[in-house]
Amino acid sequence: MNFETVNELLTSIWTVWAVLIFAGIAFWAWRPANRKRFEEDAQIPLNDEG
Amino acid sequence: MSSSAALSTGPSPAPRYVEDVIRVAVILTMFWGIAAFTVGVVIAAQLVWPQLSFDSEYITFGRLRPLHTSAAVFAFGGTALIGTAFHVVQRTCRARLFGGAPLGWFVLLGYQFFIVIAATGYLLGITQSKEYAEPEWYADLWLTVVWVAYLIAYLGTVLKREEPHIYVANWFYLAFIITIAMLHIVNNLAMPVSIVGTKSYGAWSGVQDAMIQWWYGHNAVGFFLTAAFLGMMYYYIPKAANRPVYSYRLSIVHFWSLVFMYIWAGPHHLHYTSLPDWAQTLGMVFSVMLWMPSWGGMINGLMTLSGAWDKLRTDPGLRFSVTAVGFYGMSTFEGPVMSIKAVNSLSHYTDWTIGHVHSGALGWVAFIVFGTMYYLVPKMWNRPAMWSTRLIGWHYWIATIGIVLYITAMWVSGIMQGLMWRAYDELGFLQYSFVETVAAMKPFYAIRLLGGVFFLTGGLIMAYNMWRTIRGEPVAAAARPRPALAA
Amino acid sequence: MFIRHSTIEKNVILMVVLTLITVSIGGLVQIVPLFTIESTIERVDGVRPYTPLEVLGRNIYIREGCYLCHSQQIRPFKDEVERYGHYSLAAESMYDKPFQWGSKRTGPDLARVGGRYSDDWHVAHLASPRAVVPESIMPAYPFLATRKLEFEDIAQHLKALRAVGTPYTDEMIANARADLEAQVNPDADPTALEKRYPRAVVGKFNSASAEITELDALVAYLQMLGTLVRFGDLPPDRLRQ
Repeated sequence: MNFETVNELLTSIWTVWAVLIFAGIAFWAWRPANRKRFEEDAQIPLNDEG
Repeated sequence: MSSSAALSTGPSPAPRYVEDVIRVAVILTMFWGIAAFTVGVVIAAQLVWPQLSFDSEYITFGRLRPLHTSAAVFAFGGTALIGTAFHVVQRTCRARLFGGAPLGWFVLLGYQFFIVIAATGYLLGITQSKEYAEPEWYADLWLTVVWVAYLIAYLGTVLKREEPHIYVANWFYLAFIITIAMLHIVNNLAMPVSIVGTKSYGAWSGVQDAMIQWWYGHNAVGFFLTAAFLGMMYYYIPKAANRPVYSYRLSIVHFWSLVFMYIWAGPHHLHYTSLPDWAQTLGMVFSVMLWMPSWGGMINGLMTLSGAWDKLRTDPGLRFSVTAVGFYGMSTFEGPVMSIKAVNSLSHYTDWTIGHVHSGALGWVAFIVFGTMYYLVPKMWNRPAMWSTRLIGWHYWIATIGIVLYITAMWVSGIMQGLMWRAYDELGFLQYSFVETVAAMKPFYAIRLLGGVFFLTGGLIMAYNMWRTIRGEPVAAAARPRPALAA
Repeated sequence: MFIRHSTIEKNVILMVVLTLITVSIGGLVQIVPLFTIESTIERVDGVRPYTPLEVLGRNIYIREGCYLCHSQQIRPFKDEVERYGHYSLAAESMYDKPFQWGSKRTGPDLARVGGRYSDDWHVAHLASPRAVVPESIMPAYPFLATRKLEFEDIAQHLKALRAVGTPYTDEMIANARADLEAQVNPDADPTALEKRYPRAVVGKFNSASAEITELDALVAYLQMLGTLVRFGDLPPDRLRQ
């Protein structure tokens, strides 16, 4: 196996991995269970007076 | 700017925060802004009247151009980022800056020292000739020290926070600090000729050097001029509009996809060069994909105003921030288009690129800084509002006209020059000599100069308004109390 | 949320680590193969490290920021090849520290400007561009013609370049000063210089001054740009990247 094949293989694996990670983050962000929590987090700048 | 500014006129609301550093950073930001715009006007004028270098070696275009870009990106933008980072991190973590005022001063003043040694070096011809990484080895080493202190101050504050969650603006600031550290070190590895001399030779050469430089260069745009200023957007727009960001969940996805994709886009600066094709293609694909997270962020920023659009009428400072997000959307659409190889074959090497950079630098970076400063100055000096709201309005329109003149002139000259270079006459010969294309640019360079003068004028108006506000003069009669303030 | 405060505190470190991983990978995938894939740099003959005089001339080119308006990278388009010459090869800039490909053509590309104009043309043009090309918007550099070139530390320059990978030999470093002086002296015997640096152009580039000036070095550099590879005797497969 020369460098080019390894490189191509790693690139494909990385692409799949990246898509999975992205899906994971999107799922986590839009999970109904997390909704309330994020709405609270969004208030952080406004909680601080001044 | 927001209701709280008008209400909290009592004693300084939060003595537990380090704020003197931020006040000085605000003033220095304004100073460097004026300096950067002025040098920009000078070099724009030199392209119209080349005699303006007066045969002097110190003020040729080649030496002033790095001075202009560094003053704009690193001095103006960087100082604004250090000041606002310290403000945002303390407020959103409800914790005093780690290392207190001493570390804060070290970071701010150490950074100013870096700017001064880099800038004086440019005038003397001391440069590595890597765009946006011109400072030589000794300045680079010093910046590394300052940057580590910056990271420690920021990270330390986040670690000792009272607020359980790390607000998303901090994510952007942190990604900026970390990534710039990595890029700076790798791109600037060099061997000095002598330990007492200024000249060094870089570790990389040729095609690898080109790739590393534009991996650095594009991510200086991606993390310095984009991610960090998005941190600014995610704090100051909700603050000034007095409502939370449109979708916090979108901001999370925005963050990770932006951080992931930006880093790959560098090779689009090297289309059709001696860089291998596979790298060019990779750069193009990611650059086009980058359009999506960028617009996700733009929508998030703009929609924060939904239901409160009337504030734009009454709060011209907020108008700057929102227009900035609009320009961000425009230049992050233009960028992916220009990264498509077929388009790039025309646009590369021309003024189109310069116009694109300025729609980002003037429209996005400078405008979000202006909006933030108009919010921050009354806050930091405990004033009810800026001295004159009317002058903010003047600044807004003058600066906007300046940008429009600038970028339209560069579109026309860039596309025209690209077409002239590749034009053939009916006999099959190249139609134009190179110098004919130079001569054809002249009117557009004059319009660009005019745009720059407008933008500088706006900056001077802002500096004047800031000075009057800080001196604590009663709010000018023209700026009647705005109804929105009572809301 | 069930995550305890102590766990979240670790999160910022976790976030730093995740961010660093995310941003490192793009760079690694794009940069590392350029060092390992052999075909990145074409195997052509003729490219050599710069002569001592060219090194200092190149440093003046860098000092004056010429790269901000002049590219050194010809793209493989019909019009560019007709205007400037054969498209640029990666091999041609393999000893460029840093590369000078540029990003803007306010002035023309210079990748193959070597030999296109006479030395006297360059001398006149750099002193007063509009005296030669009336429409030019280039700044004038009259001071280059009179300022003595500083080259006492030329061997140090070659040593520093060798430390970061340019293949200068001990012999080249020992003779750096002599080679530099020989290149601007048309009466000297160029044999040793040409043996160490094939195709070096010898001449008193700035004929207006008897001394070795900065202009001599800069013109020497300009006159060698793009001249090292002979494209005429090159089989096409050698150009494959």
